[in-house]
Amino acid sequence: MRAALKPLLDPLLRDNPVTVQILGICSALAVTTSMTTALTMSFALTAVLVASNAVISLIRRHIPSQIRLILQITIIAAMVIVADLILQAYAYAISQRLSIFVSLIVTNCIVLGRAEAFAMSNPVGPSILDALGNGAGYSAILMVIAFVRELLGFGTLFGISIFPTVANGGWYQPFGFMLLAPSAFMLLGLLVWALRSWRVEQAEPATTHVDREEALS
Amino acid sequence: MTDLFLRAVFADNLILSFFLGVCTFLAVSKRVETALGLGVAIIVILTITVPVNQLILNVLLAPGAWGWIGAGDVNLTFLRLIAFIGVIAAMVQVLEMVLDRFAPALYAALGIYLPLITVNCAILGGSLFMAERSYGFGESIVFGFGSGLGWALAIVALAAIRERLAYADMPAGLRGLGMTFIVTGLMSMAFTAFATMAAP
Repeated sequence: MRAALKPLLDPLLRDNPVTVQILGICSALAVTTSMTTALTMSFALTAVLVASNAVISLIRRHIPSQIRLILQITIIAAMVIVADLILQAYAYAISQRLSIFVSLIVTNCIVLGRAEAFAMSNPVGPSILDALGNGAGYSAILMVIAFVRELLGFGTLFGISIFPTVANGGWYQPFGFMLLAPSAFMLLGLLVWALRSWRVEQAEPATTHVDREEALS
Repeated sequence: MTDLFLRAVFADNLILSFFLGVCTFLAVSKRVETALGLGVAIIVILTITVPVNQLILNVLLAPGAWGWIGAGDVNLTFLRLIAFIGVIAAMVQVLEMVLDRFAPALYAALGIYLPLITVNCAILGGSLFMAERSYGFGESIVFGFGSGLGWALAIVALAAIRERLAYADMPAGLRGLGMTFIVTGLMSMAFTAFATMAAP
């Protein structure tokens, strides 16, 4: 049972696509100024990942290896267009706030990475589980960062007031820095630090003595 | 035009304010020389693909673009994503062949980074921003070149800082990725100061 669920559970923490494999950060940070956009983005990415992994896994025996990348990208792009059109049809306001970042799921390294590394060599069932796991791992990081940025930047969560702000007669002075780009980089840096201090085996090895001498010379 | 250029390089820097191309940015910023090579490749590709995509979007995909054969109500804009990716992949391929033929030294120096540019968010992001802000042909050349230059500037600066960071004694968990993010955050903070400069 545990072995069957491995593709689903591993990417959550032990092999997280964002903090361990350093994939898919591109779009991850821009949408984290509010929990609502981060959640929408998480759903969109997970849906595209599951759909593309399933389709690619289904036709994996029929893809000639010379043109597999172009084929994978075309399948992913088609899924992204569908996701984008669905968002525009049913959640227009949010799709405007996400701007180009839904379209940028196409170049998200997680999607292509999982297609190439997992779906091309595994049956449909495990591929879907793997996609769900990686989507959840990505979503978890997004939600943590969005939680901090929205709570400190606006005093709200999902648009609901948690800390009453000074402007509304409360006590909380919003921390405007949290809404600017630099805060996302720093929060992700701190998050990586925290995770690697907890799970020491994920830390990167120090630059060796030889490396330093080589660099100095 | 100057304003658009300055905005693209500094205030609206693709990495530092829109987080585009961060994956490559982190992976290829350990040494200044490789960072510089990649930066040049990004400038070239962005300067070519943004105007080309602008033409394709307006001549082939825009609503009413097929009016001259009597199909005025055809609207193909939903295809823009696939078209942009196709153009980018083709341009990278062409540039690869041209460099291989006429500048083998540069081609060898860029190596694996050239094909990887196809899936760099910054390239696709440049074209998508062009479409969303509906730039004209001239503007898209300036925008493509400016945003490529901003990207190159940021990665070379980060590589220079990281070369020094190798000697720093820091907590094990912060080594590598963690510290790189925090340094990028500081650089991004410096670049937000440019936002007031570019504004009229």
